[in-house]
Amino acid sequence: MNLESHLRSRRDGGAKLLVPYVTGGLGREWHEVVRAVVDAGADAVEVGIPFSDPIMDGRTIQEASQRALDLGATPVGVMDAMATIDVPAPLVVMTYYNLVARLGHERCARHLRQCGVDGAIVPDLPYDELDGWGEAADAAGVETVLLAAPTTPDDRLAQICERSHGFVYGVSLMGVTGERDELASHAGEMGRRCKAATDKPVLLGVGISTPAQAAQAAATADGVIVGSALVRRLLDGGGPDEAAAFVRSLRVALDS
Amino acid sequence: MHLGPPGPEPIGLGRFGEFGGRYAPETLVPALVQLEREFRDAWSDDDFREEYASLLSSYAGRPTPVTECHRLSERLGVRVMLKREDLAHTGSHKINNVLGQALLTRRMGKKRVIAETGAGQHGVATATAAALFGLGCIVYMGAVDVERQALNVWRMKLLGADVIPVQSGSATLKDAVNEAMRSWVASVESTHYCLGSAMGPHPFPWMVREFQRVVGDEAREQCRELLGDADPDVVVACVGGGSNAIGTFAGFIDTGARLVGVEAGGLGLESGQHGAAVERGVPGVVHGMRSLFLQDEYGQVLEASSISAGLDYPGVGPEHAMLAASGRAEYHAATDEEALAAFQLLSAIEGIVPALEPAHAIAWVAREAGRTIAPGSTVLVTLSGRGDKDAAQVAEMLGELE
Repeated sequence: MNLESHLRSRRDGGAKLLVPYVTGGLGREWHEVVRAVVDAGADAVEVGIPFSDPIMDGRTIQEASQRALDLGATPVGVMDAMATIDVPAPLVVMTYYNLVARLGHERCARHLRQCGVDGAIVPDLPYDELDGWGEAADAAGVETVLLAAPTTPDDRLAQICERSHGFVYGVSLMGVTGERDELASHAGEMGRRCKAATDKPVLLGVGISTPAQAAQAAATADGVIVGSALVRRLLDGGGPDEAAAFVRSLRVALDS
Repeated sequence: MHLGPPGPEPIGLGRFGEFGGRYAPETLVPALVQLEREFRDAWSDDDFREEYASLLSSYAGRPTPVTECHRLSERLGVRVMLKREDLAHTGSHKINNVLGQALLTRRMGKKRVIAETGAGQHGVATATAAALFGLGCIVYMGAVDVERQALNVWRMKLLGADVIPVQSGSATLKDAVNEAMRSWVASVESTHYCLGSAMGPHPFPWMVREFQRVVGDEAREQCRELLGDADPDVVVACVGGGSNAIGTFAGFIDTGARLVGVEAGGLGLESGQHGAAVERGVPGVVHGMRSLFLQDEYGQVLEASSISAGLDYPGVGPEHAMLAASGRAEYHAATDEEALAAFQLLSAIEGIVPALEPAHAIAWVAREAGRTIAPGSTVLVTLSGRGDKDAAQVAEMLGELE
């Protein structure tokens, strides 16, 4: 499935986009969680391939990553499991560059594609270091989503929007992932700046924690990514049902 | 004192051969671009260089001497000289880098610094510079290191810094770097990350090497006086991230000296419990740089292990990775046990108590004298810091051994 065209058609049909994040390998039921959140209204799902040193992640995803690693999660193992998840929504991996580099650009990109993965987010591989990964991913048909931050100047933002495939990931706050009590003041401006720079779908993520915050963030963007708030429910013992209920509440807030 | 001329810049986005780079989250990239520009401007600005040189002499006590070790030389059959960074203010070479970065922080109009620390020497140095310049200061330190370096934790607090113990991962230097980077992502507009080693994303490896090259530049002149205009045959320094070593090597890179970096051998390289990233690491991209890292077959970073908190790091700065690849420098390991013996040896026969980190460098010289170091050779060792911080830990370990 093509990530960008899928998101575009959903957006152009009038929907706000919802992309939940699930840590791959977190518990035996994690693929069931992916299915459940798609059933509950996710437009795409971001699956984290756990890394030992996730510098863009706060405590919740750090803990989930460590737990998944302790349970034996490996990059290829998570990708192979994704091949078995048959859902009517694109799947995107989120991981760190060392895991990609260790596999090798071409091998990683080809394997992702073979496993039905449509896109990749690598937060420690910024625009000017895309290196061989960008080419390998393009060649294999894996859409590489780039991040734009509140600190990104306008000229660079234009380049990032141009080079990003699938969608543009607007970082909604100054900081790493994790739940926050309120939507950051940067979120609205980030959405507006990205939307002014591109016609590609613009999703805001990092720190978006509740249905109300999701609706508020989606006002200036095409949609949201919600990670830590969902992953915390899984760490607290929740399974596919709890995940679906939370995602449904986000969907309702975005649709109303 | 006067500074020697600046050294060569890395290529492009901070490349040292195939290593280096600027692999940072997008939020940090604009600050790294700004830092690179500010450092380049400052480093060619005579006023900045004069102010830096003046701080190094009037505040940090530079130049530090080179001491001939007569009794050790007699024992080993090679002529050993020590570059005495233990005599610099705060007790290690770390002060050279933080004074430079504090000046840059002020130049950029930022009011606050954060830092990571392993043994606590960089944390103490950063807290010192923050006190001197009236900057806010937060230091991230692995919880394990907070335990084993209690004296330095107390010093940092005395100097006005907040010390945040980091519980994640192995709760040592690697995790302190992770947490400092996360904290910087949230505070980059007001805060400078005063990184303590010649590692991390561009421009840090270059900038920290330049702020530490005073060690090598001074030592070269001092050796020439001692050796009748000759350079030492061998130049040795310990390597964690590698800042004292890269600063030392910078002064001798264009001489015929054999350059040797000594990494943490821990319980022995075969045990897997060590910090020998050059000898046993593979290329990867972690902490913003492409370099050599201890990692598993999937690319998960492994925990390092060392008696010395300052060498307890699974990676190494990118310029060292390049020097190893080109063969210009060589890298070897000394074990915990060898470092402990060297700690006692230097204390007993020279009256100099080294930090556990440079005790590794002394240990390598003691092992190799008469073997790969020919009898009668001249050997310069950078004594990167003093051992006061380690006294309690070593006393406890030796007590257990008895």
